[in-house]
Amino acid sequence: MIARKSFFIDTTKCTGCRGCQAACKQWNQNPATKTRQQGMYQNPPDLSTATFKLVRFSSGTGPSGDPEWYFFPDQCRHCIYPPCKMAADEKAPGSVILDVQTRAVIYDPAVKVSPEAFKAIRAICPFDIPRYDEKSGRMAKCTMCVDRVSEGMLPACVKTCPTGAMQFGDRGTIRKMAEERLDEVRKIYGRASLVVPEAVRVIFLLKDYPEKYYEYAATEDVRGITRKTALKQLLHPFAAVEEWIG
Amino acid sequence: MTNHWGDLKNADTILVMGCNPASNHPISMRWIMKAKQRGGKLICVDPRFTQTAAVADLYAPIRSGTDIAFLGGMINYILERNLFFKDYVVQYTDAPFLVHPDFKMPGDLDGVFSGYNEKDTKYDRKTWAYQLDEKGVPRKDPTLKDPNCVFHLLKKHYSRYTLDTVTRITGTPKDKCEAVYSAIGSTGKPDRVATGCYAMGWTQHTVGVQNIRAFTIIQLLLGNMGLAGGGVNALRGEGNVQGSTDHGLLFHIWTGYNPTPTASVSTLKEYNEKFTPTAKEPKSVNWWGNRPKYIASYLKAIYGDNATKENDFGYALLPKLDDGMNASWLALFARMYRDQFEGFFAWGMNPACSSPGAGKVREALGKLKWMVNVNLYDNETASFWRGPGMKPEQIQTEVFLLPCCSSIEKEGSISNSSRLVQWRYKAIEPVGRSMPDAEILNELYFRVKKLYEKEKGAFPDPILKLTWDYGEKDRNGKIKHLDIHKVAMEINGYYQEDVYDKTVNPPKLIGRKGDLVPNFVSLRNDGSTSSGNWLYCGSYTLKDGKPVNMMARRGKEDPTGLGLHPNWAWAWPLNRRIIYNRASVDPNGNPWDPNRAVIRWKPANTVTGAPARWEGDIPDGPAPPLAEKDGKLPFIMKPLGVGTIFGAGLGDGPFPEHYEPLESPVVSNPMSKKHRVNPTIPMARLQAMAKDPSFLFSFDYERYPIVATTYRVSEHWQTGVMTRHLPWLLEMQPQMFIEMSLELAAEKGIRNGDTVAVTSARGELSGVAIVTDRFRSFKVMDTTIHQVGMPWCFGWQYPADGSGGDSANLLIPFMGDPNTLIPESKAFMVNIRKIAGQRSAMQNERGQS
Repeated sequence: MIARKSFFIDTTKCTGCRGCQAACKQWNQNPATKTRQQGMYQNPPDLSTATFKLVRFSSGTGPSGDPEWYFFPDQCRHCIYPPCKMAADEKAPGSVILDVQTRAVIYDPAVKVSPEAFKAIRAICPFDIPRYDEKSGRMAKCTMCVDRVSEGMLPACVKTCPTGAMQFGDRGTIRKMAEERLDEVRKIYGRASLVVPEAVRVIFLLKDYPEKYYEYAATEDVRGITRKTALKQLLHPFAAVEEWIG
Repeated sequence: MTNHWGDLKNADTILVMGCNPASNHPISMRWIMKAKQRGGKLICVDPRFTQTAAVADLYAPIRSGTDIAFLGGMINYILERNLFFKDYVVQYTDAPFLVHPDFKMPGDLDGVFSGYNEKDTKYDRKTWAYQLDEKGVPRKDPTLKDPNCVFHLLKKHYSRYTLDTVTRITGTPKDKCEAVYSAIGSTGKPDRVATGCYAMGWTQHTVGVQNIRAFTIIQLLLGNMGLAGGGVNALRGEGNVQGSTDHGLLFHIWTGYNPTPTASVSTLKEYNEKFTPTAKEPKSVNWWGNRPKYIASYLKAIYGDNATKENDFGYALLPKLDDGMNASWLALFARMYRDQFEGFFAWGMNPACSSPGAGKVREALGKLKWMVNVNLYDNETASFWRGPGMKPEQIQTEVFLLPCCSSIEKEGSISNSSRLVQWRYKAIEPVGRSMPDAEILNELYFRVKKLYEKEKGAFPDPILKLTWDYGEKDRNGKIKHLDIHKVAMEINGYYQEDVYDKTVNPPKLIGRKGDLVPNFVSLRNDGSTSSGNWLYCGSYTLKDGKPVNMMARRGKEDPTGLGLHPNWAWAWPLNRRIIYNRASVDPNGNPWDPNRAVIRWKPANTVTGAPARWEGDIPDGPAPPLAEKDGKLPFIMKPLGVGTIFGAGLGDGPFPEHYEPLESPVVSNPMSKKHRVNPTIPMARLQAMAKDPSFLFSFDYERYPIVATTYRVSEHWQTGVMTRHLPWLLEMQPQMFIEMSLELAAEKGIRNGDTVAVTSARGELSGVAIVTDRFRSFKVMDTTIHQVGMPWCFGWQYPADGSGGDSANLLIPFMGDPNTLIPESKAFMVNIRKIAGQRSAMQNERGQS
């Protein structure tokens, strides 16, 4: 049996090379979309049913007056208690499932979802991940490369990352790795944090305020009551027990 | 690289300047991140805030083309504060050597060194010489106090590079400048090491060679050459470009960095006399003293049995340059433009986009009778005749497109920046009827040979007498399919006859005719050995009588713990992973830093009887360390055995001096009123010769007031021929863009996402504006100077709808470094203007790109 898995994404080591973004497309055989240069490096502009992994670029001027440029390799966080699954169980049963072994959150491409159901599912996701193809009525997002992982391979994005920014492994190991790295990074960047490590299987380490990276980098964003509720659900009372199980 | 990619992890301080590894060498960041994890500091000095700057511990902005001012200030900082590594400097460099008493510097002579001739813009280098004693060895002052010693001259020269002067030129804020100086300067201690990485940001300037020299001087002063985590490291821009220079693809060198002779060097004897250095210094190894062995072996590899002692081993058959001829890129294309070529092979290249002054290059291609383009795809070069502004009906050039295999469709070696030669296997069968380059050459060779046999011609022997023993022949004597292993073995070299050690009686057989030579120490000048490239001798050797491809080794052992991995593939020379490593130990052979011991001298063991020997990496020669009997100096490739701070061999000065780029917004050089640009560039002559002088360079600052530079992006490779056809990469970087500061954009009324035109004296192109905090204006000589930047990976031909834009090289001046003629692509002048409003530019939550 494969132990339950997690990612650790250390953005202090991300250089924005986008190897992960290309590798994701390649493994999933997702097509390229026609894009335009829109005044920034980030492209395509957003996640879609053809883009499960997207490096978000954000630049500005920091408090010292120096430029800042942050890279955020965005993807589904594979929540331990996924709010999207809760919404889907009610509105589009069977469309969101949990992989038994890895606990990856999977959108079943065989199940059709109505536009209304999708709207509810997307609205409840604290990280704004679910995407929908209106023509086919199917949802899509990161699969944790369960097809690779079940064969003992790393997810395509992790395998490709040259700098060690992306790690993948058994949840216990990954959580420890994340905590240890946080301690190191905090010595230089006092504001460094892990984004709800207890609630998600994709744990981001950020050196600065989450909103400097991306609107939905963390869950603190207030967009509506549904998301707040979702956040509470993320921190399910049984989360600690789940953690202990592995 | 003097060191290697993995060695970046061993550095305490990494200076990234003139390169952007996070974008262009993404995997190098793996090692840089490891250095950071160990507590190392990454410093990025760049005109723009790059992806590398984004993860750096310290970023300092610099105006393009002012690196010597910045580095000169660093030399001054190191010397003023005595931060240099004195033991190293005194014993391993030419710092104590005395220079000719009449030698004068730009501080004395208003911007030039002694010997400058204004009329022909050249130096007479008579005074750029060491004072020699009666034995012909340089006079020295180990106390470094003599006013004529290199150290003293260096100090005097760079005392002009004060923090104030430097920052007024570079536009770098003083505190940033000092922070960089202090971080690098802190590595002058034996147990602290800095490394430096550079790429085209240093080389593509009219002072390109001197940029690198300036950093070399710093590394010698700090004792960082030869050490793990140190060195001067050129990040090569193509996977096998190291291999191309190793194997003599440049016009001025044959294989293994042996100089290409001119026609007047008409015999092998003259060649050897002219190019083989002699050393009077008894402690110098003077490795290039072996040159005659390498040349004889090279000629034997090329002409085999047709190369005999009697015919100078076929020396007369090898092509030579005309006296005074320059066959660099710029010179060749200038000649093509002047109708001096009939045909042209564009092999694996796309000059219509990659060349400076690309617009004129496209015109030049139209003056050819024929062109052969060997490439994976049709490209802007093969299709130049149907490009923008072309009139196909007026172009007579006949174009042949030969499809070749990609790297994964063929077998062979690849030499990376680490000098690591790795064997690569064929993964898939070639697509369609494409062929490996070597097969195309094989076909071409036999056809050309046949023509020479039939029609004779002016000089058929260089072709007819070639060895071409690369596999099974058909009944017409043609090699059916070229066996790349045979090529690799020829490069390594063979014994051409049975070779005996005649110092013993009876003579002992060393190598049998037809055996692979074990390494370049075995090469001889009498025709008894061959080697296509002495540096690669040892890459394909015999083990237990069987040939072993050392490049295919995949051992992961790491005995030193420094990541040298001696059993992984093979590195030239002799599998040495860090060159100049004899400088990593003190004169007794003990590592300066025992925690990073590259090599170590183990004295003889009196109990076991084990002889004295080196341990660790393959040392730079087996001789004992300096202080031992028969000990040798560490810099074995230099005739005097020491690192040279005083670079008397260059055409434009023994010490780097700041000159402005040819095109620069600074009208008067603060270092010298008289010489604004490199004085060895014959500007007046060139301007008089050129039909359109502004094509070479323009001083019209009113029309072109903005500094510009070019670069690459992670997603596209070189001109983008290979990557623009990959939809996933094109999706990420679909179009030409021009990056600029908020201040400049406001001045020009440009908003993020607008379409803008960039114009230089060479041409115009359009792209999308990225208005960003990552670009800032510079305060230079009390004036605000703006700088813009753009990638050069796009071309008109693909994407097919033309949405990509065109090459930034259309804008680049057609002028370069006087030593190498590498074009000045990284600093030139442009203007910009808005041509269309934004089409819903994307803004993130911070309101900026």
